[in-house]
Parts: sequence; C-alpha cells; structure tokens
Amino acid sequence: MAQLIQGNTGQWEIVIGMEVHAQVTCNSKLFSGASTAFGAEPNTQVSLVDAAMPGMLPVLNEYVVEQAIRTGLGLNSQINNMSVFERKNYFYPDLPQGYQISQFQHPIVGTGTIEIDLPDGTLKEIGITRLHLEQDAGKSMHDQHPSKSFVDLNRSGCALMEIVSEPDIRGPEEAAAYLSKLRMILRYLGTCDGNMDEGSMRADVNISMRRPGEPYGIRAEIKNVNSVKAVQQAIEYEAQRQIEILEDGGEVVQETRLWDPAKGVTRSMRSKEEAHDYRYFPDPDLLPLHVSNDQIENIRKTLPELPDQKKHRFMNDYSLSLYDASVLIAERKRADFFEAVANDNDAKLAANWVINELLGILNKNDKSLEDSPISAEQLAGLIKLISDDTISGKIAKDVFAIMYETGDDADKIVEEKGLKQVTDTGAIEAIVDTIIAANPDNVAKYQGGKDKLFGFFVGQVMKETQGKANPAVVNKLLKEKLG
Amino acid sequence: MSDLTHLTIAEALKGLENKDFTSVELTEAHIKAGEAAKDLNCYITETPDQAMEMAKASDAKRASGQAGILEGIPLAIKDLFCTEGVQTTAASHILEGFVPQYESTVTANLFGEGAVMLGKANLDEFAMGSSNTTSYFGNVINPWRAEDGADRTPGGSSGGSASAVAARIAMGATGTDTGGSIRQPAAFCGIAGVKPTYGRCSRWGTVAFASSLDQAGTFARTVEDNALMLRAMSGHDPKDSTSAQHAVPDFAAAMTGDIKGLKVGIPKEYRVDGMPAEIEALWQKGIEWLKGEGAEIVDVSLPHTKYALPTYYIIAPAEASSNLARYDGVKYGYRADENQLSDMYKKTRAEGFGDEVKRRIMIGAYVLSAGYYDAYYIKAQQVRRQILNDFLEAYKQCDVLLTPTAPSSAFVIGENEDDPIKMYLNDVFTVPASLAGLPGMSVPAGLDAAGLPLGLQLISKPWDEEMLFKVGGVIEKCANFSALPQGLIKKAA
Repeated sequence: MAQLIQGNTGQWEIVIGMEVHAQVTCNSKLFSGASTAFGAEPNTQVSLVDAAMPGMLPVLNEYVVEQAIRTGLGLNSQINNMSVFERKNYFYPDLPQGYQISQFQHPIVGTGTIEIDLPDGTLKEIGITRLHLEQDAGKSMHDQHPSKSFVDLNRSGCALMEIVSEPDIRGPEEAAAYLSKLRMILRYLGTCDGNMDEGSMRADVNISMRRPGEPYGIRAEIKNVNSVKAVQQAIEYEAQRQIEILEDGGEVVQETRLWDPAKGVTRSMRSKEEAHDYRYFPDPDLLPLHVSNDQIENIRKTLPELPDQKKHRFMNDYSLSLYDASVLIAERKRADFFEAVANDNDAKLAANWVINELLGILNKNDKSLEDSPISAEQLAGLIKLISDDTISGKIAKDVFAIMYETGDDADKIVEEKGLKQVTDTGAIEAIVDTIIAANPDNVAKYQGGKDKLFGFFVGQVMKETQGKANPAVVNKLLKEKLG
Repeated sequence: MSDLTHLTIAEALKGLENKDFTSVELTEAHIKAGEAAKDLNCYITETPDQAMEMAKASDAKRASGQAGILEGIPLAIKDLFCTEGVQTTAASHILEGFVPQYESTVTANLFGEGAVMLGKANLDEFAMGSSNTTSYFGNVINPWRAEDGADRTPGGSSGGSASAVAARIAMGATGTDTGGSIRQPAAFCGIAGVKPTYGRCSRWGTVAFASSLDQAGTFARTVEDNALMLRAMSGHDPKDSTSAQHAVPDFAAAMTGDIKGLKVGIPKEYRVDGMPAEIEALWQKGIEWLKGEGAEIVDVSLPHTKYALPTYYIIAPAEASSNLARYDGVKYGYRADENQLSDMYKKTRAEGFGDEVKRRIMIGAYVLSAGYYDAYYIKAQQVRRQILNDFLEAYKQCDVLLTPTAPSSAFVIGENEDDPIKMYLNDVFTVPASLAGLPGMSVPAGLDAAGLPLGLQLISKPWDEEMLFKVGGVIEKCANFSALPQGLIKKAA
C-alpha cells in the first residue's frame, strides 16, 4: 500500500528507514556489573568501568549476547557466528571513555524481516538490515546549575540493540505499525521492555521523498522521536518540508535533524559536512565474539510463540478475523488470557467478550488486563452459561457488570439473583396466554396486519419473566398463539 | 651481613627466612639508599611510610608461617599501575593528583605474595618514549656513566624502574612493555627484564597506552629474580578479556642450566646498518656461549622485520589516540579553567599532555580517519599478522631466538631528541616480538668500550617463558656480569 502524497507538481512517495535503539532487558550493563534499574538517584549505578577510570577494561555480558541473539531470531534474522566490537570515537561529557563501544562492520545479527499489520487490514513485510549491540551514553543535565552542566552516568554502559530497517516503510501509518510491531516482538521475547517514555526504546527516522518508481532521494535523519505518535507527526512534517523544497526546485540536504515535539517541527542539528569522523576500529580490549550454531539453536528453543505466529494460529485454529486476532495478540498476556477463556468455549464468543466487553470496560476505567477483577476462568464460566442456554446474552451483560463490581463467579451471581433462563415451555406458555388475554386490542391490530407489534408481545413476556425467558421459546409460542 | 641493598631477591628471601634480617630492615635500607640517590629521579611518588607498614605486616605474616613468593621484598612500581590510595600519574600532568580507589591486578598479586612497595617509579609520559625524557616529572638518570661523565638515559619507557633496580634502591621493579619498554631499559641499565606473552599478566588497572601490545613485566638484577616476580604477578584475570587461561608455572624451576640440544635461532634481519661493532661482537659472544653449553645454532629468517617499526608506529598510536580520549578534564585529573566545553577540552589536553603524547595522538587519529584507515591501520594489521607468521615459521626450526636487545648502549640525555624517528629506532629489535605478542627477555651480557652495559635479547614461543629463563640463566652464567654502575661506585667511595 504505497501511500502517495499529492504535491503541487505531482505525486510523491515517502521512503522511510528506521533505526531503533532498544535497551536490552538485563540486570547489569553491557560491559560491567553495574545495575540498570530505571529511576535511581544520579550516579548511583556507575562502576569504575562505566566511569572510564584509568586502566579499566570492559568484560562482555554474556546474557546480553543471548538476548541479542534471541531478538535476532525473533526478527527472523541471520545470526552471525562472528561479530566484532569496535570503538566509535567522539568527545562528549556524557561519554566517559571518549568512545562508544559498538559494532560496526561485523554486527551480531544480519538481515531478516518482520510483518506489519496495516490499518486497512493488509499485511506487509519490512526488511531488517541488521541488529548490533552497543553501549548507551550517560545523560547531560543542563538545568541543575546556572552556569554548569551536570552528568549522570547511570545509563552509561547500558546495553542497547540498534535495530536498523530497510527503507521499506512508506508513510507515517506504516512507520507507526512497524514501531508497534517491533515493540510487540521485543516484549514477547522479553529482550526489551519497550517503554518509550522511559527512554528504553528510541527511534531515529531516515526519510526521503521520490516520485513513484524513481530512485531514492536524498534523506534526512530525524532524531529524538520518542513515541509512536511523535514518529507519525515528525514524518508528516518532514515529508511536507521536503516536498516544498523539492517542488521549489531545491535539494534536500543530507543532515541530522531534531524533532521538536513542543513546536511540532524538525530542525537541523548538523550537516553531512559537520558529521563526526568516528574513527571506528576494533576494540583491542575485546576479542571477536564467536557464537556457535549449537548456542544459537539452544536459544532458539527458548523462544516463545511470536506475535505473527500467534496471529496466524488464532486465525486458523479459532477462525478469528484478522482484526480480532491482531487485537488479541497485541500483548502476550492478552493473548494468553484469551486462550484461557476460549479453552472449551466458543472461540468467537470468547474473542467478542474479551475484546468488546472486558477490554472495553478496562480501557474505559484506565485499567490494564493485569488489574482485571474478572479472571480468565471467571469469564470462561460466564460464556459457558451463555453457550448452554443457562442465561441469555442480554442477561450475561448484567451478570458481567456484577462480576466486574464484585469479582464473584457468574454461576454464583446467576444462582443468587435467580437469573437462570426459563426454558420450561409450559411456564412460558402460561405467561404468553396471560399477556394475550390482557391485550385484546393489540392482538386485533397485530392480526390486522401490524406486524411490528410482535416486538411488543415479546417485550411484555420478557418483562413478566424479568428477561429470563428463553427468547427462542417465547418467539415460537407467540407465533403459534397469535397465528 | 653484606649490604642489604646489594642482595638479589633470592638471597634476600633466604636471609628473611633465616631471620638474618627482617623485611623492615631490608625495606629501610632501600628507603635510605633511595634518599641518597634522589638525583636519579627514579620515583614520581615515594611511599616510605606505606613501605614500612607493609614491611611490618610482611614480617608478621612470615612469622605466622604464611610467607608468599616475594614475602618482604621491597619493589618499585612503575607509575602506570594504579595503586589504591596512592597517586598514579602515568608521568602525565593530566593525571597529576589522581588517586585511584582500586588496585591493579598485577600489584594486587604482588602484594598478595608479600611484596613491599617503595614508591611509584618514573616513566615516559603514558609509557610513550625510549629514554624517559617525556615524563612531566622530569628525566630519569641512568646510574651508569661513561668517562664523559654526562647524564645518560636509562632507556624507556620504564626508565625509573630500571634505574632504581640498577642503582640498588629497589630489589626489583614492575614495568610495562608495549614496544620494548622493559627490554631496552633493562639493557641500558645492566639488569635483566622480562616481557611475558601478551595475556600472561592482567592489564586491569594498568593505565593503557596501546591495548593490543601493553604487557606488564619484571625488572631485577638476576634472571632468577625475574622468574620469582613473574610467577607472583601472572595469572588469568576475568576482569581482562585478553588475559589468558594459562597455568602459571614455577618459572625458576626451568633454570636447570641444561640447554643441550636446544636450537637457538639467529635471525639474519637483526643485523642492521649502523649497529656498533661491539654489539655485533657481543651477539657473536652470546652465540658462542650457548654453543659451548651444547645448544645448536640455527640461522633463521624473519623477512618482515623491516616493516615492524612502521607497523608499530601505526597500531600503537591508533590505539593510544582512543585510549587517551578519556583524559578530557571532565571526570578526574587536570582540567583547564574555561567556560565553553570545546575550549575546556582543547586547553585541558593541550596543557595536560606533553609533546610526544600529542604527537602520537595526532598520528593515531590520522591513521584511523576516514579515507586513511585502509591504507594505514588495515595494512598495518595485515603486516602484523605476517610478522607473527615469520616467528611461527622460524619456531619450526628453533626453540628460541637470540638477538641484541637494542642497537646502542645508553645514550646521553638530549641525544636523539631532535628527531622522533631516530628515537623510535631504539625499539627496532624489541618491537617485532611485541607485535607478535611473544615473550622476550633482556639479559645483561657485557660492557661496551665506554663502560656501558649491553644486553642480549631472547624471544621464545607464546607461553614458553620457561625457555627464556632456561636459556637466560645460561647466558647470565656465561656472561658473569658483575660490573656495578659507576654512579654507585662513586657514592660508595
């Protein structure tokens, strides 16, 4: 689905590639034993290595390597048996070593693909170029003192995965879908918590414009886009900016731009000419990283079912729509919840109740599934009562509301409140006869051709039975009696 | 009782064991000797109080029957090893006043085996130099003098360590060797020095110069003393990813004196133009000694030797340019007072580093920069591999190589200062083994006509330091090097 933008001189296609920095879920840093917990007091999680004290040496965290491999497998990517850590040299106060240890020529993960779900219900594959491991920098703080800047090194040395996509993304919606899917996969894998507001996932967006079918244009890289919404807004703004330049006969400058979320604009950070010469070279403190096929296969065995596999299984095994399946797999816990509800139940019914009722009310109350007062087993119990005709769908909604309030089981509520559906034909027939006898005018009108009055009779019977009468039985009896 | 400062480490250990004297006495004697030899400028920081504390503790430890390999032996520690609570400068203004909160693995190992620290020995700034004239804390002077009486260099970069051991103000000393920084000063100062295989000693806590080359090692007046020290400081360290999982042998036990049937390789490429005839003659003498002890002499070729120096002067500065980036005035050490960040960086590094360090940082940044990386750095790495292959080929024909250690004896301070290239040539015989990561030793083997010491170098296979000690012990015996530095004789007189 190529999204084209109509300019003054014709149509334009947006071409986007993304670089996502994802902090690896791990208790300690990439090359030191310091803690990685979020939100600690400044400079309380800093080892001698992180502070780049003289003579300190990095030692690779093997669990991080495992996490990177796990992520690579989750992105259907090639895992490289040999990768190399290199030094990216530049000066900045939040970079204590004066270089960032990263991977450059030989990343740990090579090419792969992920599938994204587009708003129109179609699927698209986005190519993954590579994933490499690198150290995070510390944080400069410029608002603590009138004339000085402070540095917090807690984040210095935390492990990041930089995940680079191919320029396969064609618009803000696709970019949002890519980022969401990537985050979903990382969360399923447990390799990154995906919390963009805590900075544990950050995106850089490479964007260029071209006429459909023509070669790629000159791109600008936008940094500091730290939410899915910001990614969309930044792309929309940047696309318009570039189109204006191009339609005025100008050229887009290859540069790094910064997204300003307050003003909603991108602005130039540094041009290609000002770009650093990072003087990459293999870090002599670290040996090349070798991983064997056995190690890779052992990690593969620990992989959970991934979102796309789950989605396709839900569609195949439970006959769910793409939409329902996509909603249910969005979080691993949600999918698990659904499966617990669908167990031994009508899956379609289970999907409807989970998505429309439970997620609906939780969302309304700003609660997550973990906070749900109704457990999966309890919801399954409710659905069972519907399926075996103990209660009607309408009564079920009332029962659900009580369950949500009290946390009680459905059958207990149905029992206590006497909500059991009446299917005893004799009992219903008696009520039907009473209603017909009490409304001779309406009977005459109905029989005179006013078909719409049928609903009136149904309503009266339901009112009399407090909604507990089996609607099918009521309909059948009324039809017979009214003729 | 003989003068305690003239004992070897092995002799001193016996004396301590026999209760002839205590470590306190031994240490005190060396502190006094050091005070009398202050003009040599061997130390950047002396730690006499700490030394006496350590000596006392050592005597107690020995009394309780828990003597370590170097129990009670006073040593000088090159001021490149971080020492907890003691200023560590790397001989640079930029680290002046820096007091580490941690102990390097090498010094921790030595102290764990009972060694006593006399002080932090002077060196070339960040170990960059071959004459100990680049130290921010002044030149080190070699106790050896020729008839001209001029102050001579102890060599470098571990000049303070070598000079202290030669001047009998320390029984041994640690050094580091990146391109010859142990072997060349050992030769210039008439003592023995060992650079072990890369990965034998942990680099953790040692201020880095060129990470793929830096290796800690030893200085002492005898081969055996070096063996004792190396055993005490070696071993795998999980904190250094390049430290190897090799068992540490009893190096001294390899000194059997029996070299019958051993094949000693003589690399023809080490006969360089302009090398003094005396050095050539000494080399020949060494060959005769070993032959006389039953070794077989084999001519071998190391064809890429001539590329070693240029290769070294690309790789070492490249790594140094990155390793020294952390000295930026932000976290510790010297900071120039400037308001703007970029001004602070520039002024701090301009004022904090000396000329030789700046020269190497610039060379290093240049060879790593875009457009030059392949032509210099990558090419140098390829040549480095060829140099290693040369050695491995040669070791198919021999067990150990014998060469001169340096192309000259100790020169007068100030010589070679006008031309960095001339200075770099000092390392022509030591750099190839450094690039190949091989263990090497310099053994004092004689004096030149001016009365200055000369050394012979042994280079062995990776992890075969025992071969160095075995053959080095034989050269030591044959050479029977017993001359004392003139500076010392004058003082005694």
